[in-house]
Amino acid sequence: MRAFRNLAAVIYAGLIYGFIFLPVCVLVLFSFQESRLPIPPFNGPSLKWYGAFMSDQRVMDALLNSVLVALTSSAASVILGFLAAFALARHHFRFGAFFQGLLIAPLTVSYLIIAMGLLITFNTLGIPKSLLTIGIGHIVINLPLCFAIIYSQMGAHQANMERAARDLGASEWQVISLISVPTLWPALFAAFFLSVTFSWDEFIIAFLVSRFDVTLPVEIWSMLRTGLNPKTNAVGSFVFLVSVAIVFLLDLVLFRKKHE
Amino acid sequence: MSAPAVELQGVTMVFGEKIAVADIDLTVEKGAFIVLLGPSGGGKTTLLNILGGFLEPTEGRVLINGEDVTTVSPAKRPTTTVFQDYALFPHMSVYGNVGFGLKMRGVAPSERRRRIDGVLDLVGLAHLSGRRIHELSGGQRQRIALARALAVEPSVLLLDEPLGALDMKLRRQMQEELKDIQKRVGTTFVHVTHDQEEAMAIADQIVVMNDGAIEDIGAPERIYLRPASRFTANFMGESNFIDGRVIGSGTDDVTVDTALGSFVVKGSAAIGDGVTLSVRPEHLWPSGESGTRTRLGGARVIEAGFFGTHHQCNAILDETDQTFKVRLPQKEILGPGSRIELFVDPTDIVLLRS
Repeated sequence: MRAFRNLAAVIYAGLIYGFIFLPVCVLVLFSFQESRLPIPPFNGPSLKWYGAFMSDQRVMDALLNSVLVALTSSAASVILGFLAAFALARHHFRFGAFFQGLLIAPLTVSYLIIAMGLLITFNTLGIPKSLLTIGIGHIVINLPLCFAIIYSQMGAHQANMERAARDLGASEWQVISLISVPTLWPALFAAFFLSVTFSWDEFIIAFLVSRFDVTLPVEIWSMLRTGLNPKTNAVGSFVFLVSVAIVFLLDLVLFRKKHE
Repeated sequence: MSAPAVELQGVTMVFGEKIAVADIDLTVEKGAFIVLLGPSGGGKTTLLNILGGFLEPTEGRVLINGEDVTTVSPAKRPTTTVFQDYALFPHMSVYGNVGFGLKMRGVAPSERRRRIDGVLDLVGLAHLSGRRIHELSGGQRQRIALARALAVEPSVLLLDEPLGALDMKLRRQMQEELKDIQKRVGTTFVHVTHDQEEAMAIADQIVVMNDGAIEDIGAPERIYLRPASRFTANFMGESNFIDGRVIGSGTDDVTVDTALGSFVVKGSAAIGDGVTLSVRPEHLWPSGESGTRTRLGGARVIEAGFFGTHHQCNAILDETDQTFKVRLPQKEILGPGSRIELFVDPTDIVLLRS
C-alpha cells in the first residue's frame, strides 16, 4: 500500500514537472537543430542558429532595448517603491492604509488591461510610443511588487535602528543613506532583480505601447509570424537562460545572506 | 545652584482615547541613577520616549539642564538611548557602531578614535572593536549598545529595559556593571524596567508608575520597607494586607482596629477612616523570642514551597478567614496541615494610603 502511494506520488510529481518543463525542453532542444525546421527528428546539435540570431541586427537592437528598459524601469521601481514604503511604514497620516492598498492594487489587474489603459492614456496625452512608454508600463507593473517586498522588511527592529541613528544625531537624509538602505539591501536587491526578470520577458505591454523600437519578446513575436524556425528557438532559449541566471543569482546572494 | 538634569512639568500624553501618561511632575538631580518601575502599560516607556524626544507630549514641558526641549528632535537633545533590542547597526563593525554618534557630530577622526577607545575600555570590550555585530554574544551586544550611547557624552542616558533580553545570571551581572559604569562616568541614568529586584539593585531613586501616574518616589529601602500605596506594596515583592479602621490618632502614629486586634503604626489618618495595613512575609515570625513581637495567633499551613534561600507558606489564621504569606527559615520544613504560631513586630507594619 505504502509502495503504491509512493509510486502514485512520483507519477503525479513527474506529470506536473513534465507539464511545466516539457515545452521549455523542446524549445531548447530544437534550438540546436541542424536543419531549417524545429521539428522531429532532431539532427543536431549545432550552434548555427545561435550564430544566426547574434548576427541579426534587428534582434541585437531589440536585445539592447530590453536590457535598457529592464535596468532603468527596475531601478525607478525600486527607488519609488522604497520611498513609498519608507513614507507609509514610518509616518502615520490620514488614509495611510488606503494609499497602501492603492499602491498594491495593480498586482491584481491583468497586464492586458494595464496595457490598454496605458495606450489610451498615452494617446490622449499625445505621448509617442517608444522605449520610454514601455519603461513606464513596466514601472506600473513592478512598483507594487517592489513596494510590497521592501515594506515587508521595514519592521519594528528596522524602525528602532533608524530611531537609534536619529538619537545619535543623524539627519533624515543620513538615516536613509547610512542606515535604512544598507540594512535593507537584501530586500532592495531582491526587488530589483525580480523586476528585471519581469520586465525582461514581459510581452503584452511592450507590444501594445511600442512602435519602431521594440524589446526582445516583441521581436520574437514578429519572427514567429513568418513561421517556425530554429532561430526563434535559439532567441527564446536565450531569453529563458537569462531569466534563469538572474533567478539563480538572486537565490545565491539572498541564500548566502540568510546563513550569516 | 545648577539646574536639575531633568525636569518634567505637568507632562500628559494622550493616544487617541487612551491617556498613557497623566500630568507627571518629576525632577531628577544631576548624576542620579533613577529607575522608572511599573507593569507594562504603566506609562514608563512613554515617559522615556518623551524624554528622548521620540514623542512630543500632548501637554506639559520637558526641561533638560534647565533648557526647555519639549519640541526639540532626538538628534538635537543631550540625551541618548539604549534600546531594548539594542538596535545596533548590523552592517557596521563594533568600532563603526560606537563611533556613529561622534561621526554625525563631525568629531575629527583622531579625536573620534580616542573617545571610541575610551568608551570601549569602559565597557571592557576594547579587544572587540573590529568585530561585526552578529559575531557578538547577547551580553556583549548590550555593552556595545551602552558604549555607543555613552560615546557622545550625553547629559542624560535613557535605558529602555536594556537587560530584558538577557538570562537571569547575566542580568544580575550586568546590573552591577551598569551601576559601576554610572558611578564612573557620572552621567544621569534614567532606566526603565518592570523587574522590581533589578530596580532595587541599581537605583538611587525608584519611581513607581501605574496607569500613567506616579504611585511613589523614593530610595529603594524606603519604597520597599515603607511603601506609600497598596499598589507599591504589592508590586515591590509580596505583602499581606489587613483592612482596618482608625480608632485613635497620636502625633506621628495612629491606632488601627482590625479583625486581628489593634495595632499602633506610624503615619497619620483621621479617626474613623478605613485604612489598609501591609506586612511583608519576612516580617512574620514563627516565634516571639525578641520580646518586641506581638502574637497574632495560631495558624494552619495550607500550602508550602521551597525557594532556595527560604521556605514560604500560606497559612490561615485561626478564627479568621485571613490568609498570610509567611517566610520561614531555609531548614524549617512544614507540610500542609501543620500548625504554626505567628508573631509580628508592630514597627514593621506599614499604614497604606487608600
